[in-house]
Amino acid sequence: MIDFLIYKSILVLIIFTITLVVAMYATYGERKVAAFLQDRIGPNRAGPFGILQPLADGLKFFMKEEIIPNVSNKFLFIFGPCLAMITAMMAGVLVPWGDTLVIGGKEFSLQISDLNIGVLYFFGVGSIGVYGIMIGGWASNNKFSLLSAIRASAQMISYELAMGISIIALIAVTGTLSLKEISAMQAGGVGSDWNMWNIVYHPLGFLIFIVCAFAECNRAPFDLAECETELIGGYHTEYSSMKLGFYLFAEYINMFVSSAIISTLYFGGYNFPFMNDLGLDHNTITILGTVFLFAKIFFFIFFFMWVRWTLPRFRYDQLMNLGWKVLLPLSIANLLVTAGIALWLDK
Amino acid sequence: MQALTNRSKVVSNKQMTFAEKMYLPAILGGISITIRHLFKKKATVSYPEVKREFSQVYRGQHVLKRDDKGAERCTACGLCAVSCPAEAITMTSAERKKGEENLYREEKYASTYEINMLRCIFCGLCEEACPKEAIFLTDRMVPTDFTRNEFVYGKDKLVEKTDDRVDVTKRQTKAVLDFKKIKQLSHNR
Repeated sequence: MIDFLIYKSILVLIIFTITLVVAMYATYGERKVAAFLQDRIGPNRAGPFGILQPLADGLKFFMKEEIIPNVSNKFLFIFGPCLAMITAMMAGVLVPWGDTLVIGGKEFSLQISDLNIGVLYFFGVGSIGVYGIMIGGWASNNKFSLLSAIRASAQMISYELAMGISIIALIAVTGTLSLKEISAMQAGGVGSDWNMWNIVYHPLGFLIFIVCAFAECNRAPFDLAECETELIGGYHTEYSSMKLGFYLFAEYINMFVSSAIISTLYFGGYNFPFMNDLGLDHNTITILGTVFLFAKIFFFIFFFMWVRWTLPRFRYDQLMNLGWKVLLPLSIANLLVTAGIALWLDK
Repeated sequence: MQALTNRSKVVSNKQMTFAEKMYLPAILGGISITIRHLFKKKATVSYPEVKREFSQVYRGQHVLKRDDKGAERCTACGLCAVSCPAEAITMTSAERKKGEENLYREEKYASTYEINMLRCIFCGLCEEACPKEAIFLTDRMVPTDFTRNEFVYGKDKLVEKTDDRVDVTKRQTKAVLDFKKIKQLSHNR
């Protein structure tokens, strides 16, 4: 029992650190990708290639003056960014970061908790995430922040539906909500044991899911909640210092976790092609798998940034049209067709 | 009615086709364009390490020249201050004492000479007005600073150092040299 607790606490600490470091360097990555896509160089002064830039940014956030507006609701004003950060960190619990490690005859799973309702948990935590934005926007007592909060919540509701239904189509085939089992089902892939990743069976579902993931993370082209041109920053207009930092950080953590979930659900998680043909021992395969999972995650984080610097922001009515009139019917059709085929193959 | 140019377009309000409504082909086109930019040559010049080549006759920070023996050429005649459209130049003159012949070329010199770099528009009229070939604009840039007072450059910053001469031959273009040959002009005597 003590072994179990120690192992889990170490794992939690490691994943906590990794999440923060990845989020930190995602800010650097964002700036670099933005620069490269615009034929610039990007931050390159702090350290070689500017790799110390996130540290400098973080230090700056801590040194800045902390301003709390007099007319704001102080408790909620402080609670908002905390909530955004907490919910962003919570979703990392259920991602299977790798298979099991066998040390001294004991099996250690590289997943903090294998919830049998994993996907539901992800949705639950994800929808609490919008409260951080809503509470922050409302507590600021600023009409731009309030508008942004309203937009964010309306957007979340519209896109969560389509996202949920696109996932149900996947679950109808896999028959489980546990992310570990979903990853295990995609084991192998190309190689001797022919077994494709879920993306092959659910291309439309993946498309709907990734579009909704963009909306859930408040990323361009769906970043209506924080558009500078209309809402001068939106919900974080009144925020300064590390509270603003928390909001920005939460966005990058959300991106990281969403990428992890997309990789796990549709791109085989920690599995990689030819994994059973290399003749390596179990632990090596597990570590290689984790490396591959992170490669997939980094690709998706890059994809998020890539799209951000390509597409202009949607107008609000276009956003709602896309959510309710296109994605929702499409995901329902996808669910019906997938379920029909699953039943027909199963009979 | 005849159009003024042939660039005018008739505005149409046509419905989008199905492929256009899908967004996806357009989005794929867009992201393929942006990814190509990832590998393109970057336009940035990393300034302090790499300097872009200046024009031969670039007008940057001023220099007050010394002659070959190291004496200041400026005689504080004030023509530069008069010609300056931005009124950026001020000076006070003084008489040369005995024993200062190696410092100042003629018997009158500028005891203070100040150019306000925030007022200066770098037009080069001071250089044109100078009868003694004392002031020149160079290809050096005026560095940034934190306070306005720091931009009032005195003789300490303007006069060239004897051991670190500033090359201004590029500023002396053919037109300038031809002009200097016309001895009828009092300017050139």
